[in-house]
Amino acid sequence: MTITRRALIGSATAAGGLLLAGCDKLGANPTFHGALASAEKLTYRAQRLITDRAALAPEFAGADISPVFRSNGTRTPAGADYAAMAASHFTDWRLAVTGLVARPLSLSLADLGRMPARTQITRHDCVEGWSAIGKWTGTPLRLILNAAGLSHKARYIVFHCADRIGSATYYESIDLVDAFHPQTILAWGLNGAMLPVANGAPLRLRVERQLGYKQAKYLMGIEAVTSLAAIGAGKGGYWEDVSDYEWYAGI
Amino acid sequence: MEAAPQPPGEPRRTILRHRLSTRIWHWLNALTIFVMLMSGLMIFNAHPRLYWGKAGANYDRAWLMIGATPTQGRLVIGSVVIPTTGVLGRWEDKQGRTQTRAFPYWATIPSRYSLSMARRWHLAFAWVLAIGILAYIVAILANGHARRDLAPTRDELRPRHLWRDIRDHARLRFPKGEAAARYNPLQKIAYVGVIFALIPLLVLTGLTMAPGMNAAWPWLLDVFGGRQSARSIHFLCAAFIALFILVHLIMVVLAGPINELRSMITGRFRLPRA
Repeated sequence: MTITRRALIGSATAAGGLLLAGCDKLGANPTFHGALASAEKLTYRAQRLITDRAALAPEFAGADISPVFRSNGTRTPAGADYAAMAASHFTDWRLAVTGLVARPLSLSLADLGRMPARTQITRHDCVEGWSAIGKWTGTPLRLILNAAGLSHKARYIVFHCADRIGSATYYESIDLVDAFHPQTILAWGLNGAMLPVANGAPLRLRVERQLGYKQAKYLMGIEAVTSLAAIGAGKGGYWEDVSDYEWYAGI
Repeated sequence: MEAAPQPPGEPRRTILRHRLSTRIWHWLNALTIFVMLMSGLMIFNAHPRLYWGKAGANYDRAWLMIGATPTQGRLVIGSVVIPTTGVLGRWEDKQGRTQTRAFPYWATIPSRYSLSMARRWHLAFAWVLAIGILAYIVAILANGHARRDLAPTRDELRPRHLWRDIRDHARLRFPKGEAAARYNPLQKIAYVGVIFALIPLLVLTGLTMAPGMNAAWPWLLDVFGGRQSARSIHFLCAAFIALFILVHLIMVVLAGPINELRSMITGRFRLPRA
């Protein structure tokens, strides 16, 4: 049997094209997509199994801090409301703590400033692949949840944001293991200064054992819920709803 | 070792060359590595720059970058700029529209730009790759395949022996008869390298990029020198795997694709006439 070069290249290209078309079709097939997506639950359970609840994300030295902390996504939220708050240095901004809590709260930046703070130098990992190291200062989320009296029915904490992308408001959610983690803070400071607008002023989430899209910027409210189904499109976050990103961003 | 040549006219001897575990692992990997490489290229498209160290973003110095100027695609390695228009950085999609992504649609899964879908493919098949390599390493250590067939002998590792093997390969002179029943030194080194170094490195550097794993197993970061170094090593290992597959396929075609394919499907290999 002789195989000519032309026939070999021709059939390889045809086979490659078929495979590619097949992969695109498979990925769009709901059953197959469900099978691929089930790996996310496997990863979530496996990481929870091998990770101590309080295991810390690596913290770095001052010399490791990135010269520029890249901003991504929204760099300034649109709209008059946010512009007015920014103009008054967020003195009239309030964080609403609602949902399954005994005492709903409305906290000003000064209220947060009076609570114990944590400072940590951590690495921010964007889902795209780049990383930057920054020094964050903020209020541990668990102190706020304890102050509000979290109900035993609560399973997730949802973060509501001021920025909109298209017609959707940015939001994110985490489980209680991460919500009560010592490094999970609502940060109001970056690298020794107040948080810049591009990085989420006046307040953003730092949940250090997950990827960048979990680190919600421009926080307006946090809500304790039993289920994520009724919020947004029900997948637990803006990028999860809009682009099918994994809800568990630990990998 | 020299085997006695078979008398002419004798029927060619058929041997059992590949165990069931090897055959299953081989074909599972043929699928898995193909998915991992192509979905990996799509993930790379989201940020086509590689750095060394703990952190790295656009303003930092990248040692490798695939990008495009307004007119041409280019690969930048250190201070070397290689024009790659039409293939990398700047290419035409199926509809003939010019796109400025690092890797072209025909090399990625999915073929349209989708980081989330590429991650779904990559992270699902990563479980298959990781569990597969672990099970296979245990199996070949237990059944003796690693020691008996894969480990090069001291004699085979002598420069003279290796040099002869390299020359034989370059002249496309392959072993005949009984000698073809055994792997040659270059083959052994390639297989041992892929099974015990490249694939485990791919799995471990992959884990090192996961922020959740950094909290669980912080030693991974120390081993690979930081997350961005792990990402670079991951990419380089993937490139070596792609090179291995290319050479592997060429060798299969040159050594007799029907016989080689049959032996990897049924296990039976017909020794080439001496």
